[in-house]
Amino acid sequence: MSRRYEMRFSGSGGQGMILAGIIMAEAASIYGGKNAAQSQSYGPESRGGASRSEVIISEEEVDYPKATSIDAMLAMTQEACAKYCKDIKDGGILLIDSDEVKDVPSGNFKVCSFPITSIAIDELGKTIVANIIALGMITELTKIVSHEDIEKAVLSRVPAAFLELNKKALQIGFEKAKEVKG
Amino acid sequence: MAGKQKKFIQGNEACAEGALYAGCRFYAGYPITPSTEIMEIMAARLPRIGGAFIQMEDEIASVSAIVGAALGGMKSMTATSGPGFSLMQEGFGYACMTEVPCVVVNVMRSGPSTGYPTGPSQSDVMQAKWGTHGDHPAIVLSPSSVQEALYETIRAFNLSEIYRTPVTILYDEVIGHMREAVTIPAPGDIEVVERQKPNCPASEYKPYEVKNGKVAPLAAYGEGYRFHVTGLYHAADGFPTGNFKLIQEANERLISKVENNREHIWKNEEFYLDDAEIGVFAYGVCAKSAKFAVKELRKKGVKVGLLRPLTIWPFPDDAVLEMARKVKTIIVPEMNLGQIINEVSRASKGQCEVRGLFRVDTDPIHPKQIMSAIMGKPVDATVIPNEVMIERDMIDG
Repeated sequence: MSRRYEMRFSGSGGQGMILAGIIMAEAASIYGGKNAAQSQSYGPESRGGASRSEVIISEEEVDYPKATSIDAMLAMTQEACAKYCKDIKDGGILLIDSDEVKDVPSGNFKVCSFPITSIAIDELGKTIVANIIALGMITELTKIVSHEDIEKAVLSRVPAAFLELNKKALQIGFEKAKEVKG
Repeated sequence: MAGKQKKFIQGNEACAEGALYAGCRFYAGYPITPSTEIMEIMAARLPRIGGAFIQMEDEIASVSAIVGAALGGMKSMTATSGPGFSLMQEGFGYACMTEVPCVVVNVMRSGPSTGYPTGPSQSDVMQAKWGTHGDHPAIVLSPSSVQEALYETIRAFNLSEIYRTPVTILYDEVIGHMREAVTIPAPGDIEVVERQKPNCPASEYKPYEVKNGKVAPLAAYGEGYRFHVTGLYHAADGFPTGNFKLIQEANERLISKVENNREHIWKNEEFYLDDAEIGVFAYGVCAKSAKFAVKELRKKGVKVGLLRPLTIWPFPDDAVLEMARKVKTIIVPEMNLGQIINEVSRASKGQCEVRGLFRVDTDPIHPKQIMSAIMGKPVDATVIPNEVMIERDMIDG
């Protein structure tokens, strides 16, 4: 791991991108023993609009908490993808929800495309866990935190009645990412 | 909760944790982004531990309520952002004049007026010093991380008790909303200053009696001590006075009780300053970008260092002058159009060049912008100079 690993979770306000960032950072810091900082950027509206959350993971103290050049990014909407993909570093990873992102950006980074929202509906009957499936996928793709640590972090942040649902969503994410990687 | 624990929380949550640790048991406030989480946590937690929370009708009432609660013997706090901070200035001045300890948090967003609620700013840094009218004391603390938001809130309560004066905690939306793993100290880990009680009979108590330059302990209403409190200049017994000599002495003492104790109140972080030829003076969110920039340039052999004040008022004159004598240039990045830079210029007494870097579009100043400024290049406020390489750009994969 280089001394500073940068991630961006982007989508539409209300899709759980900020929560996804919190869980990733908590997995890395509280459970993984590294340093992590999570920050977010959002407009005055409470739903809709491009929303993003950033996570910096480092062996050292994290000074600047915002992304400077991104190792891995998730884009759940076309708008967020177009607006935020410019900061991905050469050799980085972009995971897109192919249900929403039709115009796939090109650059010196690897694009992993998967119908995240429709899998959430087909396999779990709920779009609301699409963010957790995506979190499982990006964990498997980046290996920046372990499966155990991300699961602990997910389970500590979701309501008690939905533990099993979210556990399943995370597992689906791990498995689908293996397929995408090939 | 017993024992030390680590929590992954926001700066605003850390501020609330610090207040509770310091013994704050009264909160009155009115919600405003980006400070609202402080209020939400105090509303949830205070009633469970015997404290009191009130949502007031506005910020004027909020600051008045915390002054009242402090006179009733409570440690009290309110939190707000720019527009609310403006409304609080009258009550804040009343707390300065009546020497009532309390803590006001301002999580800065941009202005004037309602500005932009969800982005960071540092444009209240002079208001925190001069916002209320009249010559008044100002102790203002400026944390730059989530852990520091907790520690500096405890220090704010302690300083307010020691000097019987309101203390401001000033940070920005980035520090307020970012999350990091934070150590919640166990009871006893950090000193908490308790309010001194008068030890004289109630009949002899004078709330503003000065002995050896120090004002008497503040009695709590309801404990048998009857006394008068007024925003007018008052004598030792608390009643208004027209005695010119007393007025002169009282105003001078309000200022000197802070100024004469600057060395106790000051707190700075010095980073790579020993052999620095260029210095950066930065606080809050800008200090985070500045630290990144200093680390990057040090790897390239540039002799640059950082002076970061955790106490922003009283202004760290001595530390700035010491830096100014060492370096050729001081760079002052701020998320305003040039405020604290004037203090840096004043304190550096012409010993070096002072240059600013000001950005107000609500995006934090980028480390590459500070790197450019350090290298003496012109910097556009809203353009990231991507020709400036950082180590991450050069690592493969």
